[in-house]
Amino acid sequence: MAKRAAIVGTGQTHHRSIRRDVNGQELINEAVTRALADAELTIDDIDGVVIGNMDHFEGINYVDCWSIDGSGGYLKPTIKLTTGGTTGATVAIAGYHLVASGMFEKLLVIGWEKNSESDTTGAIITCSDPVIDRVVFAGAVAGLALEAQAYMHRYGATPKDAARVSVRDRRHACNNPYAHLRQEITVEEVLNSPILSDPLRLHDMCPRTDGACAVIYASEDVAEKITPKPAWVLATANRHMYSDFTDVLDVSSLHSMVGASRELWQKLNIREPLKEVDVIELYQPYSWAGIIWIEDMGLCPKGEGPRLLWDGVTDMGGELPINPSGGVIATNPIGATGLIRCAETVLQIQGKAEARQVPDVKLGVATGFGGCFWTDMIAFGSKKPN
Amino acid sequence: MGDFWSDAEAIIHESCIKVPYSWQAGETASYFLTQLRDEGKIWGKKCPCCKKVLVPPRKSCPFCFVATDQWTEVSDEGVVESFTVVRRDTIIQPKKAPFAYALIRLDGADTGLVHVLGEVEPEAVREGMRVKAVLADDRKGSLLDIAHFKPVGS
Repeated sequence: MAKRAAIVGTGQTHHRSIRRDVNGQELINEAVTRALADAELTIDDIDGVVIGNMDHFEGINYVDCWSIDGSGGYLKPTIKLTTGGTTGATVAIAGYHLVASGMFEKLLVIGWEKNSESDTTGAIITCSDPVIDRVVFAGAVAGLALEAQAYMHRYGATPKDAARVSVRDRRHACNNPYAHLRQEITVEEVLNSPILSDPLRLHDMCPRTDGACAVIYASEDVAEKITPKPAWVLATANRHMYSDFTDVLDVSSLHSMVGASRELWQKLNIREPLKEVDVIELYQPYSWAGIIWIEDMGLCPKGEGPRLLWDGVTDMGGELPINPSGGVIATNPIGATGLIRCAETVLQIQGKAEARQVPDVKLGVATGFGGCFWTDMIAFGSKKPN
Repeated sequence: MGDFWSDAEAIIHESCIKVPYSWQAGETASYFLTQLRDEGKIWGKKCPCCKKVLVPPRKSCPFCFVATDQWTEVSDEGVVESFTVVRRDTIIQPKKAPFAYALIRLDGADTGLVHVLGEVEPEAVREGMRVKAVLADDRKGSLLDIAHFKPVGS
């Protein structure tokens, strides 16, 4: 019964800090309508819906039901998934599983968030253990700052190295009409922005964004009839690693990324990802992740990430462009963020990425990152897998 | 090894979640609410596909999944399709118990509107009862700008 599966259509909203013109359902509708139009399908063609966000950002915990004005899920099988920051990547993996199972032929997958509707840290804090972490150590910035500090201490990198990551992604975002922050910044501007939690400054961090993304999966029976260029799912991997933040003593590496990427490269029979992968959309919520996590992914040995950045290896036109879309540093509607990574990778495979297109992409990788340091990875390819 | 743990004091960590929200109504509901606040009028939106008038208005029809396209004013009078009586106070309720909630179909609307009934004994509420909106004196752009619905003729 197992089927090969591909993404055949994508849609996303124009992302902003506050989308006052629409409520949550209407925001979702915008992405879904665009995905259906991209695939030249109607809602009647869709035989199931997977949707995800983080409950506490909007204070709505039955989103599968509440969202049907937007999702088109009226009287269809509809499933909600929530896994924190990885939600958008998780719905993509789950969508793949459902279609690959042979039980769904054309499946709509949605990630969304109206981050403007609540206190992001107040909501994120609900991801952490209430008795231990929440009392002394929680929230989005502090945990990442701890990682950056540990890495800096161990490998001697500097805040200037990390600033180069923000500069790259903000420059890339200028090519993306959907991106939230579309102004270039300089290394000096990053280094002079307000300090949040040592060593992290404002421009080291992602923004919070209102936005939604939708993709349509199709099984091998129909994918090539829908589009001449399906983006086939080649492999997925994910790792969770959390009970308390402080369980892991060595936080200079993202251990879930190490584990997930090793599995992914093995499944793809890849030995040198830097040479063999054409583009990566990295869920990179802060600048330092653009150094630490690409090392953990095996693009280079530990400690050599800054060199890749300064040499322009990960810039547009470099050997392995990372985040042609501008990534999470430019746009972060949290429940949609992982799915945007997938949709942007699919656009690259399909050759539809316009001003942000990397030439001749045959293999692209999208990742997801969740608040308690877990990792999702999905590889898309232009060639139907055997 | 005995049950050394079973005698341990169970620690209960008391906490609370208090998160502010700023829910954007969107332009469709904003028009509905400002018209209610400023003009005391109730507007619905009509689906071009199933022709239903949706009140409160929706930007897209949940049944047909198409954009609604026609604003339609509906009556401030309607009929009680169903109701319940709240008997216990909780902080989320807009009135002190006991009071009745009703599912009201306004004349000219094809969907129900849930609201509070007033100026009536809860025991006297019946399905099929005709009711009329009573506007609040101090209106703020909220569905509670309708203070309650009262029986027609009362």
